Amino acid sequence: MSRVNDFVLKIGTVNGTGSASANSLLMKALFRMGIPVTGKNLFPSNIQGLPTWYEVRANHKGYMSRSGRVDVMVAMNAQTYAQDLAGVSPGGFLIYDSTWPRERQMSRDDITVLGVPLAKLCNEHFSDARVRILMKNVAYVGVLSALMDIDKTILRALLEETFASKPKLVDSNLQAIKLGFDYATENFTCPLPVRAETMGDNSKHILMDGNSAAALGCVYAGATVGAWYPITPSTSLMDAFNHYCEMFRKDQDSGEKNYCIVQAEDELAAAGIVLGANWVGARAFTPTSGPGISLMSEFIGFAYFAEIPSVFFDVQRVGPSTGMPTRTQQCDIMLCAYASHGDTRHPLLLPANPSECFEMAVKAFDLTERLQTPVFVLSDLDIGMNDWMIPELEWDDNYQPDRGKVLNIEEVEKLEKFYRYLDTDGDGITSRTLPGEHPKGAYFVRGSGHNKFGAYTENSDEYIEIVDRLMVKWETARKLVPEPVFRTASQATTIGIIAYGSSDGAVIEALDTLSANGIHADYMRVRAFPFNGEVSDFIEKHETVFVVEQNRDAQMRSLLILETNTNAAKLIPVLHYNGMPIPSHCVVKGLCEHLQVEVVA
Amino acid sequence: MTYIAKPRIDLPGQRTNELGLFRRDYEGVLSTLCAGCGHDSITAAIVEAFWELSIAPEKVIKLSGIGCSSKTPAYFISGAHGFNSVHGRMPSVATGAMAGNRDLVCIGVSGDGDSLSIGFAQFGHVVRRNVNMLYIIENNGVYGLTKGQFSASADKGSRSKRGAVNQWKNIDSVATAISMGGSFVARSFSGDREQLVTLIKAGVMHPGCAVLDVVSPCVTFNDHVGSTKSYSYTRDHYHPALQTDFIPPATEIKVAYAEGESTVIELHDGSKLLLRKTDSGYDATSRSGVLRYLEQQRARGEVVTGLLFINSELPEMHHIYGTSHTPLKDIDFAKLNPGSEALAKLQNRMR
Repeated sequence: MSRVNDFVLKIGTVNGTGSASANSLLMKALFRMGIPVTGKNLFPSNIQGLPTWYEVRANHKGYMSRSGRVDVMVAMNAQTYAQDLAGVSPGGFLIYDSTWPRERQMSRDDITVLGVPLAKLCNEHFSDARVRILMKNVAYVGVLSALMDIDKTILRALLEETFASKPKLVDSNLQAIKLGFDYATENFTCPLPVRAETMGDNSKHILMDGNSAAALGCVYAGATVGAWYPITPSTSLMDAFNHYCEMFRKDQDSGEKNYCIVQAEDELAAAGIVLGANWVGARAFTPTSGPGISLMSEFIGFAYFAEIPSVFFDVQRVGPSTGMPTRTQQCDIMLCAYASHGDTRHPLLLPANPSECFEMAVKAFDLTERLQTPVFVLSDLDIGMNDWMIPELEWDDNYQPDRGKVLNIEEVEKLEKFYRYLDTDGDGITSRTLPGEHPKGAYFVRGSGHNKFGAYTENSDEYIEIVDRLMVKWETARKLVPEPVFRTASQATTIGIIAYGSSDGAVIEALDTLSANGIHADYMRVRAFPFNGEVSDFIEKHETVFVVEQNRDAQMRSLLILETNTNAAKLIPVLHYNGMPIPSHCVVKGLCEHLQVEVVA
Repeated sequence: MTYIAKPRIDLPGQRTNELGLFRRDYEGVLSTLCAGCGHDSITAAIVEAFWELSIAPEKVIKLSGIGCSSKTPAYFISGAHGFNSVHGRMPSVATGAMAGNRDLVCIGVSGDGDSLSIGFAQFGHVVRRNVNMLYIIENNGVYGLTKGQFSASADKGSRSKRGAVNQWKNIDSVATAISMGGSFVARSFSGDREQLVTLIKAGVMHPGCAVLDVVSPCVTFNDHVGSTKSYSYTRDHYHPALQTDFIPPATEIKVAYAEGESTVIELHDGSKLLLRKTDSGYDATSRSGVLRYLEQQRARGEVVTGLLFINSELPEMHHIYGTSHTPLKDIDFAKLNPGSEALAKLQNRMR
């Protein structure tokens, strides 16, 4: 069966061999051919020597989720050859390094196996040992270029851009591409039925990962202090923030930095630094993952009760405990919604792709200062560390940050007396002052009981007054957080689907598959907690509502049951939690099993 | 932390400082600590030092963790912003605050439990980063608020009020701070007001993390025979290693001192520290020498006090980071935001 611009190309290598640049070359070449493309890194928690995979999905319809198929497999790692062979979809192709013979029993009748002596070719043409290893990867790009019709002129242009300052490298890379390309053309019928073909125009799109996008959002939001403790898969967020700050935040004359990144001793300290900086009026954030949130919970509760702005990025990974650090899940929803002891609740923003990581990073700073409470951006490894094709990011130069109710020196001067926790307009949000500005604005931040005047208290009524006002503020938050995104079925239906974050792509694709089989469903993508009225309305309007998410315990479903007046029985969980990004057929299967119908993809 | 507002008493003939403020302008609410608590003497010394230095109250941030010591920021400089954080985490909040606004004058008050047990990591790292602040440890060897358990600073063999004998070696905050790369490490005694005020002033003006451990007896749980943190034990074993004089900028050194027996250290604002040696040969600028000396005196059970170690040349956090001299929180948004054109240009590389 011919699969033009609709295939999954998977490359199995050993980590630390430099395959990432070869894979990125493939991704970008397909992208420049105008084909919608996504790349997912399936990597081990290890530095060097273990198996790692890169999965490129090209799809003319623009589907972004994992499909679960493998149409072309490049098996460069002898250690995982058997597994890689087994993973190829019937009718697919497997390319391996035939420098060394394979065992006879390792074959399949329903796929085509193509051997290319990559190591041999490279050993004959390159003398340096390290170069031989690196070029072996570039050589398979050449093989694929011939087999799958990947534009060689684009590959050349990409190499010339990448190595603009090192022209020698362009030559060796081009040589390696030619080795692979020529071998394939001479020995196989090219192209394969699974192939690429120049299509639309991707010039208004970019390839970007969510962590970089979130970091860029922090720069654009005017964040100046970043505190962190390295943890997979959030590390690249701070790396990117550092990178963009080097680019945009250094004073051109003095070289002084208009930012400060503190690598803390642990996540507890990272949270403390974020609180301290926000308290004095600098926008500050920390990127972390689930284990970090566990450690930060003490300060999160403090910030909730003392009402200190603070932005937490949780790039979720598989839990519990250390879990699987390089695998993805949506498993910290409950943790973040109510993080810390006592009655606490926090706004959550749920980006579904790098575009929203950028937008919601900015939104998070505005919300946290407006609401004077911790705000979480819950991304995950799939969004954060994988390469997504997204529309070009845009910025409105008229944007001004919402610093919330911060009294300036003149406003404090006019006051007879300043009371930190006095709600004067009924929205549950009180005014704050910044240290260093005016003695009249001085107040005492404390995590212990305090009254509306900011003084310590152990008085029951005064305590109740404060915690009840925090609930008024919560109602204000409900009006300010991003609204859900809806996709209404082409026909009226009683079936609804709720999803959030990185499950979006799988649902979008599943909806098309289902409607082609006569099953229609309305879709609501929740983008924030607290849930606003539309969320309850959507559940209300449908008889059966599937809640699709990537964790074992149906955490979003639980949160919906707790926080809306819904009938729990009509919320049907559709769960995927093996650590790989959710594929669309998981959603299709979940619905069909419950509805007792069968569909064909 | 119940509080009682302190009545302002105007006495005729009171002096004002350079800002025209009275000493009472540097006071806070009334202390609710036990009568005779060493911590109250430290609070009084802080009030005096800040008043004498003529620091505007609103420029001061005062932070603490949890414990008896950590209640005290409420008792001084009511015009300063206060932050009573969580147990052992004051240093990280101070680090963040100073990261966001480097022009603030930061004083952190902690205790031996707060800094040497639950907050040991943060104590070590704020010293290592040399965050510009005065870090006071009000050291009484016990957990007061939970009624008298030994803390990590309690000496081995020290006896609790109930008669239990401490089996564990103590953690010495001074030796620890020096080992962590501290730039200013001092010890004092709540009963020595004169030395304490001088060391607080020196610590405030020092451009980096000034650690000041103050032995501050707990009258309720640790002031009995057998305790090594009691008033009488400390007085009996009190051993100033050197005398320190704080000389404000543009002031002449008037104290008479013998040549070779003293060192003058100039701070960045022009003020000077005059270190007069009492033990012959003591050199507060030699890290190894100080550590050796501390070890010798520890074996003799002596409470060594004074500005024990100083290196005013060690760069503070912002110097190392190369941060803007304008406080980060005061930088215009227009300068922080790269704008739409830069965004478009940046994305050309993402295709």
